[in-house]
Amino acid sequence: MRYLPLTPEDRCEMLARIGVHDVDALFADVPAGKLRRAPPDLPGYRGEIEIERLLGAMAAKNVAAGTAPFFVGCGAYRHHVPATVDHLVQRSEFLTSYTPYQPEIAQGTLQYLFEFQTQVAMLTGMEVANASMYDGSTAAAEAVLMAHRITKRRKALLAGNLHPHYRETIATVSRLADDAVITPAPQPAGREDLARLIDDTVSCVVVQTPDVFGNLHDLSVIAASAHAAGALLIAVVTEAVSLGLVTAPGDMGADIVVAEGQSLGNPLTFGGPYVGLFASRQKYVRQMPGRLAGETVDVEGRRSYVLTLSAREQHIRREKATSNICTNSGLCALAFSIHLTLLGEAGLRRLARLNHANAVALADALARVPGVTLLNDTFFNEFTIRVPGDAAQVIEALARKGVLGGVPFARLDPSRSELADLIVVAATEVNTPADREAYVKALAEVIRC
Amino acid sequence: MLNREGRPTTPPAAASATAGTFTGNRALRIEEALIFEIGRPEVSGVDIAEPNKFAPRLGALERTAPIGLPGLSEPETVRHYVRLSRTNYGIDSGIYPLGSCTMKHNPRLNEKLARLPGFADVHPLQPVSTVPGALELIGELARWLIELTGMPALALSPKAGAHGELCGIMAIKAALAARGERRSAILVPESAHGTNPATAALLGYRVEPVPTRPDGTVDVNEVKQRLSGDVAAIMLTNPNTCGLFERDIEDIAEAVHAAGAFLYADGANFNALMGRVRPGDLGIDAMHINLHKTFSTPHGGGGPGAGPVAFSAALAPFVPLPYLVSEPGRWRLVEHAGDAPAGAQPFGRLTAFHGQMGMFVRALAYMLSHGGDGLKQAAEDAVLNANYVRAGLADVMSLPYGDRACMHEVLFDDEWLHGTGITTLDFAKAMIDEGFHPMTVYFPLVVHGAMLIEPTESESKAALDLFIATLRDLAFAARRGEVARFTEAPRYAPRRRLDETRAARQPVLRWSAPAPKAEVAE
Amino acid sequence: MASIRYTSDHEWIRLDGDVGTVGISDYAQTQLGDVVYVELPAIGKKVGKGDEAAVVESVKAASEVYAPVSGEVIAVNTELDGAPATVNEDAEGKGWFLKLKVADAAELESLMDEAQYKAFLETIQ
Repeated sequence: MRYLPLTPEDRCEMLARIGVHDVDALFADVPAGKLRRAPPDLPGYRGEIEIERLLGAMAAKNVAAGTAPFFVGCGAYRHHVPATVDHLVQRSEFLTSYTPYQPEIAQGTLQYLFEFQTQVAMLTGMEVANASMYDGSTAAAEAVLMAHRITKRRKALLAGNLHPHYRETIATVSRLADDAVITPAPQPAGREDLARLIDDTVSCVVVQTPDVFGNLHDLSVIAASAHAAGALLIAVVTEAVSLGLVTAPGDMGADIVVAEGQSLGNPLTFGGPYVGLFASRQKYVRQMPGRLAGETVDVEGRRSYVLTLSAREQHIRREKATSNICTNSGLCALAFSIHLTLLGEAGLRRLARLNHANAVALADALARVPGVTLLNDTFFNEFTIRVPGDAAQVIEALARKGVLGGVPFARLDPSRSELADLIVVAATEVNTPADREAYVKALAEVIRC
Repeated sequence: MLNREGRPTTPPAAASATAGTFTGNRALRIEEALIFEIGRPEVSGVDIAEPNKFAPRLGALERTAPIGLPGLSEPETVRHYVRLSRTNYGIDSGIYPLGSCTMKHNPRLNEKLARLPGFADVHPLQPVSTVPGALELIGELARWLIELTGMPALALSPKAGAHGELCGIMAIKAALAARGERRSAILVPESAHGTNPATAALLGYRVEPVPTRPDGTVDVNEVKQRLSGDVAAIMLTNPNTCGLFERDIEDIAEAVHAAGAFLYADGANFNALMGRVRPGDLGIDAMHINLHKTFSTPHGGGGPGAGPVAFSAALAPFVPLPYLVSEPGRWRLVEHAGDAPAGAQPFGRLTAFHGQMGMFVRALAYMLSHGGDGLKQAAEDAVLNANYVRAGLADVMSLPYGDRACMHEVLFDDEWLHGTGITTLDFAKAMIDEGFHPMTVYFPLVVHGAMLIEPTESESKAALDLFIATLRDLAFAARRGEVARFTEAPRYAPRRRLDETRAARQPVLRWSAPAPKAEVAE
Repeated sequence: MASIRYTSDHEWIRLDGDVGTVGISDYAQTQLGDVVYVELPAIGKKVGKGDEAAVVESVKAASEVYAPVSGEVIAVNTELDGAPATVNEDAEGKGWFLKLKVADAAELESLMDEAQYKAFLETIQ
């Protein structure tokens, strides 16, 4: 048992020092009959070779994104993460450190969080950002709760084109917290009229851009409608790289911006761990959930960083806290920050342009396939096509041909049968012309059959 | 409810500064500036092909104004982060005895396996037929957690312990609603972790505190006095936050169930019990497990975590989406209520996608490495190590509940420091100078100046002997009146004590570009 | 000249006509440590005796401040926003939190006067 340093001799000596006969004496408070004598009914310990074999076999059964033309998005995106990022996050002092409760020996963590917060604020066009949430969807749910606290209203208006998982996450918290949500139907072509649904009982309007179908939105009009009714605008961004090319929500009147940061620094990993970005106007900072790293000095006057404004949080405010959140997504936030530092502004813009170029090329090529219609006027690196018949079956058929062609909208929301012929397609910098050709060819074959 | 700790957050003036260098560096320890001060927006450490000219489809929404993001070349990036890392303490550096955090060794095999392309490079929404191995891994993890907890159902989507608490209390609220009931209170012991009342309040419950006995545990009679048809649940931590097994827990479960309510267990301290006690055998209805505590997934500077929740049969119907259903020869992923098996009433969805797969791989690798026998041994060693620390310090530091056996963590208070002019905080800072990360301080709130030490099973006897000997040396120094050793600590850390008051009074939460210099009139 | 009255939760109130000025005692501020923020109520808010009226935050704690008597909030000390240290420097003067239009002056009679409060502090210290 290679992870357990104590030897049987050690244990004997220690038991003697403690003054008990055996270790069961230390479990004396466990009710009679509930202290199990035999080990659990599970396999015994194994060495690395065997575990690599076991888990390697499981992994080998999955089609990894890098092994096929890959166009799946809808809230998680396959980008290239430079080799440096993964090496740096695996440094012991980043990987095996904890929340910086003793700031004198955690300046590494605190400084990268301060840098991360600044990068997030800049990217989103906002004034202040926190040290990350679990992911974009839970960040969106927390943003709604924050808007309720600020406006003292308990109803949220969720745009129809919000990612269904995000909508359901917010709706679940709302239902169980006895709050209300308004959820109009999705509009794949992108034209929603939300203003007519805003009144003075609404605390916030939650709008995603690019939306789940890929459409881009100018938020300034809806921002004005929300503000006129005393409500806040919460902008949701599920593709962080879009902020390198598309106008930032903070520059369009958003009061809170939440985003999924997975695209930078973090692999797909079948859905988690990811990293939630959370930014707001400075005036709302005391209502923000999550940790905040702040600047100060030490007794020798040296610039330092420390977790601050902690009185908002659960360990102090307990039932009056802004949230129950304890952990952030530290290591994923670090990976995001390192990747963004490596890119720099020029690199991010170039990456975003390449994503958009690849998406435009693919969209035009797919639209030329007989029977296929492109729905979007505007998009960044994700768009929606209508195909003849059932989109889910088309996607399965494409998979059998070795192409992972996107997400059938019905996978996210099976209740909308009129949208069962839609596929959301993502294109990033990892796609080659050969990938695009393979997709076009396979799709044409599938449709013809 | 005043802050009775009285500990100052503006540190006293420093003793004489050490001899300076031109750079401010101290050999291997480098003073590292912010990326905004050393990077430039036009520099990049990544080579990306510029696309050929094409007509964009952005409408009028192209972002043109400068963002201000700095870039560094690859060598500069590596140096920046390596230098930052060197100012951090980690489990790999030494003992990290944070009570309730279970800072055990983070095996590197777990990191290697989590990075296999078949786990790392798969998308949650690619066709399920292309990821049978991912479902198999999750199913295997579930099998281990079900066996270890003795509870029949699992929610695997919560992203952290606090998220798991939310999941558990939501399931309880949903179960009551399914019975046509609406109850408005949740009982929470005074010693509970802050996430417990915060979770209850978030869901609209009134939090009713339950006092603890003089020995720190919850008395079933105190619970019975507070039970009514209006109480939805009690949230217990077992072992509790004082490191003691809640010996009344079965009676509490019985009383709670008789009142039509549910028993939620905060599983943060499961490391003391795994392989020896099954929470399901104690009458627990829902318990979250912190994979980043008990099952070794790395803490990463504060996250990410993973907080799957085990459910009793009574709550099993309410497990949130998505989850796996076992069918002959395969696992089926249920993502929508319409696809759930008959009788299932999922209360909704907690998060996008399926859960913290990266943590599942790591946790399963850890479980497979230990085996059932190894996990049992790990729990026993964790309890043994904590009691060994207790035995080594009981004569010099004060134990609020007397010198009795604890579980995987031992709680001291600051009674023994009375009259020395040294606080728990000062003592912790002196530990830093000795090369140790301090224990958890000032939690739980039920004792004064709490010091909660959890060594975990990852510490060798030699490491514990050194730790104990050092704390004894410090304790005697405190008694001898060597106040400055403590109040001026830490002396040798990359930073000395910080002005937290200033950080809170004048919050600076981001770097901002300096204002342009004023034009000087000629 | 209005005399000061104290609660056992360490709030004070000075009555001038039917307006009561409320704050926390000097003892309270020493216990809290450095005050970093005071969350003040909205003007017009009606509070009952013993209701939460404000929250005072130090770095490591947040304490509720309870209304010593019933009334309506007619003013709050906006100076505290930029200068929370005032509470530490002059808790019973410039560090006042809010002014109440007092509903029933008789409610003050059950509160402690200065001498009684000093005696009370001796019992708890």
